[in-house]
Amino acid sequence: MVQYDQPELDASFAALSDATRRGVLGQLGRADASITDLATTFHMTLTGMKKHVTVLEQAGLVTTKKVGRVRTCTLGPRRLEEVTAWIEEYRQLWDARFDELDQVVEELKQKEKDKDDARDNSE
Amino acid sequence: MHATTASEPIPMTNRTTIERRSERELVITRTFHGPARILFQAWTTPELLKRWWAPRSYGITLQSCEADVRVGGTCRFVFGGGTVFYGRYLEVTPHSRLVWTNEEGGDAGFVTTVTFEEIAGTTRVVVHELHPSKEALDEARASGVEPGTVEAFEQLDELLVALGASEGSS
Repeated sequence: MVQYDQPELDASFAALSDATRRGVLGQLGRADASITDLATTFHMTLTGMKKHVTVLEQAGLVTTKKVGRVRTCTLGPRRLEEVTAWIEEYRQLWDARFDELDQVVEELKQKEKDKDDARDNSE
Repeated sequence: MHATTASEPIPMTNRTTIERRSERELVITRTFHGPARILFQAWTTPELLKRWWAPRSYGITLQSCEADVRVGGTCRFVFGGGTVFYGRYLEVTPHSRLVWTNEEGGDAGFVTTVTFEEIAGTTRVVVHELHPSKEALDEARASGVEPGTVEAFEQLDELLVALGASEGSS
């Protein structure tokens, strides 16, 4: 059960290290766009934009879908908020809660044991 | 009397794990050193819930804790900060399964399913949260994390949007 796959995280941050790619994410945050649209917007060749999109796609930040002859880009499943640490913070909350529950369980076990012992002694 | 048991260290083999199983689901798991009936008792007795649901290390306190644990019964937790958590039990199967709804301020919230699986004196507890939508899950959880973290990432989000806008408009 892995929350953060290290290579995937590295890929996300590597993808975010480039200004054009951050721009592409910003653009896709407002509306889906084809690679041709993105190349025009960012004044790049189609091949150059394809390379950026591939990097974003490998990091899970963007997904692409080909319909007819047009490849449309949308924001991918690994949205920026998922790179945040909230899931780990939530795990820690449950962990703290469960540490307290451990104490309660130990106490209840002890109580049962004491009761059993008392019964054994009285028999 | 056996005074030793309570002071024996609890084996640290059990770590709490969390998994985002889908856009709408979170699964939290931990194994406890005790039988399922004791775990179930701790999850269904208000006085016991009050002792562990709000962890002291988080500075959270529970002012009151009411739980009418039966199908259709309700629970109501009032936290120190005044937040009221309200829920309704959908399923109560002694020693093995609990299902309840989570509501705050009347909003349709998420559904929690807890299963207790006893294996050789230990019990594996699996907490499953099913949220109404991906957005609801992100929002519910984001509100529970350190404020600074959310702000930092919101700022990064804004920065990305701003970068996109400036580069897009040129």
